[in-house]
Amino acid sequence: MSIMSDIKQEIQKRILVLDGAMGTMLQRYKFTEEDFRGERFKDYPTSLKGNNDLLSLTQPEAIAEVHRLYFEAGADIVETNTFSGTSIAMADYSMEDLVYELNFESAKIARKVADQFTKENPEKPRFVAGSIGPTNKTASLSPDVNRPEFRAITFDELRIAYKQQVEALIDGGVDVLLVETIFDTLNAKAALFAIEEVKEERNIDIPIMVSGTITDASGRTLSGQTVEAFLTSISHVPLLSVGFNCALGAEQLQPYLQRLSNETEFYTSAHPNAGLPNAFGEYDQSPKEMQVLIENYLKDGLINIIGGCCGTNPEHIKAIAEVAKNYKPRLV
Amino acid sequence: MSDTKHQTSNTKYQKYLTLSGLEPLVVTPESNFINVGERTNVTGSRKFLRLIKEGDYNEALEVARHQVEGGAQILDVNMDEGMLDGKYAMTKFLNLIASEPDIARIPIMIDSSKWEIIEAGLKVVQGKSVVNSISLKEGEAEFIHHAKLVKRYGAAVIVMAFDEVGQADTYQRRIDICKRSYDILVNRVNFPPQDIIFDPNIFPVATGMEAHRKNALDFFMATKWIRENLPYANVSGGVSNVSFSFRGNDTVREAMHASFLYHAIQHGMNLGIVNPAMLEVYDEIDNQLLELVEDVFFDRRDDATERLLDFAESVHASRVRTSREGTSRDLSVLQEWRNHSLQDRITHALVKGIDNFIIEDVEEARLSVSKPIEVIEGHLMIGMNVVGDLFGSGKMFLPQVVKSARVMKKAVAYLQPFIEAEKDGKASSAGKILMATVKGDVHDIGKNIVSVVLGCNNYEIIDLGVMVPPEKIIEAAIAEKVDIIGLSGLITPSLDEMAYVSQEMEKKNLDIPLIIGGATTSRAHTSVKIAPNYSETVVHINDASRAVTVVGNLLQKDNGVFKEQIKKEYDGFREQFLKRTKQKEYLSIAEARKNKFQIDWNTSEIVKPKQLGVQILEDFDLKKLEDFIDWSPFFRSWNLHGRYPDILEDDVVGEQAKELFNDAKVLLNRIFDEKLLKANAVFGLFPANSVNDDDIEIQNSEFRIQNYKFLTLRQQSKKAAGKPNLALADFIAPKETGIQDYLGCFCVSTGFGTEELAKEFEKQHDDYNAIMIKALADRLAEAFAEYLHKEVRTNYWNYVQDESLTNEDLIKENYKGIRPAPGYPACPDHLEKKTIWELLKVKENIGVELTESLAMWPAASVSGYYFANPEAKYFGLGKINQDQVKDYAIRRGVTEAEAEKWLRPNLAD
Repeated sequence: MSIMSDIKQEIQKRILVLDGAMGTMLQRYKFTEEDFRGERFKDYPTSLKGNNDLLSLTQPEAIAEVHRLYFEAGADIVETNTFSGTSIAMADYSMEDLVYELNFESAKIARKVADQFTKENPEKPRFVAGSIGPTNKTASLSPDVNRPEFRAITFDELRIAYKQQVEALIDGGVDVLLVETIFDTLNAKAALFAIEEVKEERNIDIPIMVSGTITDASGRTLSGQTVEAFLTSISHVPLLSVGFNCALGAEQLQPYLQRLSNETEFYTSAHPNAGLPNAFGEYDQSPKEMQVLIENYLKDGLINIIGGCCGTNPEHIKAIAEVAKNYKPRLV
Repeated sequence: MSDTKHQTSNTKYQKYLTLSGLEPLVVTPESNFINVGERTNVTGSRKFLRLIKEGDYNEALEVARHQVEGGAQILDVNMDEGMLDGKYAMTKFLNLIASEPDIARIPIMIDSSKWEIIEAGLKVVQGKSVVNSISLKEGEAEFIHHAKLVKRYGAAVIVMAFDEVGQADTYQRRIDICKRSYDILVNRVNFPPQDIIFDPNIFPVATGMEAHRKNALDFFMATKWIRENLPYANVSGGVSNVSFSFRGNDTVREAMHASFLYHAIQHGMNLGIVNPAMLEVYDEIDNQLLELVEDVFFDRRDDATERLLDFAESVHASRVRTSREGTSRDLSVLQEWRNHSLQDRITHALVKGIDNFIIEDVEEARLSVSKPIEVIEGHLMIGMNVVGDLFGSGKMFLPQVVKSARVMKKAVAYLQPFIEAEKDGKASSAGKILMATVKGDVHDIGKNIVSVVLGCNNYEIIDLGVMVPPEKIIEAAIAEKVDIIGLSGLITPSLDEMAYVSQEMEKKNLDIPLIIGGATTSRAHTSVKIAPNYSETVVHINDASRAVTVVGNLLQKDNGVFKEQIKKEYDGFREQFLKRTKQKEYLSIAEARKNKFQIDWNTSEIVKPKQLGVQILEDFDLKKLEDFIDWSPFFRSWNLHGRYPDILEDDVVGEQAKELFNDAKVLLNRIFDEKLLKANAVFGLFPANSVNDDDIEIQNSEFRIQNYKFLTLRQQSKKAAGKPNLALADFIAPKETGIQDYLGCFCVSTGFGTEELAKEFEKQHDDYNAIMIKALADRLAEAFAEYLHKEVRTNYWNYVQDESLTNEDLIKENYKGIRPAPGYPACPDHLEKKTIWELLKVKENIGVELTESLAMWPAASVSGYYFANPEAKYFGLGKINQDQVKDYAIRRGVTEAEAEKWLRPNLAD
């Protein structure tokens, strides 16, 4: 309870800085198939390279190192390495049975690093957000053009998978749950349903952050909702914050944040990509460039929590933290 | 301060009932009355029930669409029927609605008396819907249980005035039950009060039973009480119940509905289910009837019911009405526009792009005027102005406008001989615009689209075609006295050519505004490299729709302000741009080479191609390429943005995309069946090694020709720690390793015959297909490149044995190895094409030529290299520094100035 009230107090005092990309950082290690497997999964039947969430078990020191780099850069909140930590996403690697452990261990790693930093500087408490990704399936869109009524995943399947992830993250000690990169609002509603169930069963409260994704210039989510419709669809749960991440750079995201900020009483968050990907899918917006764009959010008072998504690294977060401390948080 | 703000925003937004489909619906006091569409309800519509029972969900969707088009703001869906699997039907129908953006736009009302059906519905809607309904009928425990779940699923709820005893049928029972329900919901379930909608029961009146006399009045009074005493709660009702005893007498029923609705709204009902087809306009109700009806509603006389029944007898069956339900689009509706006035028909044909009747309509118009030219200036221009307005306001899309232009051209072509015969001059135009693709460039799809759009807006277009040298542009501009010059280009050398043209224009003292467009052009390049060369206005236009506005503004009489504004904008942009680029940090070329991409050559997997040397595919069967086509860029070339196939279902451009796609398929099938285009390819696989860091040596001795060298360029911008400075040479084993590596290169073309076909279409005034054939040829060339790359990977080189990639995987470049093309980001140096041409004898072998700017002719061609190393990846070169240019000039054996000319777009300032 004390930690929970901490983040609710901190967010009133200042703009909180979220970390940057985990995947981009892990690429730097150039882990091989063997590194991904470690000792434990040496003989696992499927290829495991690319299963970044698994690194929490096989390369925990690297994960802790990335968290450390982000805290050093000035982040107040780091996200657990659990973006794909549902039985649905893990099915790609036949690792559904590992979901609890993956989330639990990932949360513990981040918790430990966060506590070290808080201990060294109690004036600036650090927090852990349990990252809950969208899974790789959509509940309100058919993957088969010829069968529009078909769904590859149901609400109940999502709800059960999310519940398992949520319980493990809470057991591992996260301060906040972050339902992020929402491209289909129905998926997010299943996650929120699961969280509410866990809260009720355990008689606890835990702050929830929700972050959607505007996928293209139409200004809508992948499942077709406008900013306002998205907000309406997820506001039935008391949230710590609502925001957007991924898909767009800071510049392209601003008009949508503006609309969101106008309409919601929740705190707002944004963690945009480092610009738009170039023709080869790489992000090359520099920390300086991104800083200028983020400062525009701050000048307009749009934001309470700010960080980075794809293509951002500790240098970006450092640049963002530098400007964030000069501005007052958005008034709610 | 923050507290007050909190308060205001609270009352301003959150305390209103807010629902959502793909778009939000906020019910505010100003919304007046929210109309719930009720035809998608098996208990209320026999037709809908039949469709669902027969499994005709497509037609059932049409019913839903009809409701939305008719103005329904919420869609009520009910599948409660004994013979139906309600859960299945609800799930399937709501899933289908989710795939129809024009229906899914509005929120859903999930209507059932069975909780399991309601819950099935809640599990498939992404928006915030309304549950219809819950009540205290089965006791508090169940009521609370359901309310909690409704909240957790994120829906609003209709609460029936119903309790353990039964339905509320008096004023007192209504308000007691609603109050009790409200208190439980708000205080115990923590349900947001604004998400509560009470249904205080609309019951039939004038039934002859004493107990029913106050049914309407009690509803009105209960509604008023709820709105005054239960904060933020809403009231809804099913209006048609009230007239139940007058079934079959539509005149009376419609009047009753209108009057009841009017008074219910006055008393605070803000949502409701009303069939708009069964509703008279309140002000138009016969006075006598209205008085009789309202006497009943307000229980004003003891004989009110008898009087209304008497009146009903007198009008009974005097009117026969057909239900408006489901009058879907049959042929008679489609052709109905043929009955309209001549001008309306012509306008309709232009707006809809229908050319079947245009000749007969234009002939009729010609006979009605004194001079044939008046048909163009009058009838046709009136129609095209409508097109222009719709386009300008975003209500029409480019493919539609091009279709309109096709109809217009057909009409004008028909009139031309009559006009010639009269010899009375021609239609005056809004201005003359010269259009040209610059020297060295052969791409003209974009230019043609802009020409057509401007043509539609009554500008006269002087189209000089492709590869137009500066002298010719200037000469024609002066001779034709044009008002604007438009330059277009797609390949990067065209950027420099445009800058050069602008210098020449300045030298010749031209004072004609210049517009710049084309895929590689940008506002940055225009403001930095072109605008400073030329004293008149220079504007960059990134899409055809903006062209009309810009040209219109430029040609206004008092355009000084606009021109000044453009100049300021571009000056500012240039300054900002120059400032920004200076901040970039660069490595020296020597440092960059030290930070090259490292492959461990001892373990790297290198496969010797199955067959080395040059091979040719002639007159290849185009049909085989169909599955390899990446359609997304095709739509982009028509200014329709979105990914294929999703774009076909897009709620803004989906219709147009579908139509365009169908037209493309028609022409594509003609291409296949009539062999309209010819496809050739040549490729070669050679032993190779990288030498001196950045060059790739082709070791060709066994083919008894000289060794060739490909020169690659290296990224020089400073990278984040651990990130390499890439050059393509990094993906080939260095000679000093002693490991033999390999490289391939290729050229494919599907452009043979395109130009002739386009000319043929143009002759028939069919610009639409003239553009289409080029766009398709481009797609086929890309598909051919994709196909050949796959063949090379799995067959000719055979470095992948078990590849199973879908077309989507190919589009996403999920394959092993890469095929970068000279002129594109990894290797922007067009001079490399010369080496490919010599090595593969491209011209001799398959007939594709290089222009002086090194564009390929025919334009629908693709050339490039094959790198097979699994670690090879695409990248962008970015900006390079003068030291690399110097180094490159020496390697290439040209002067530094010549090297700069070719590498200019990549030079750091």
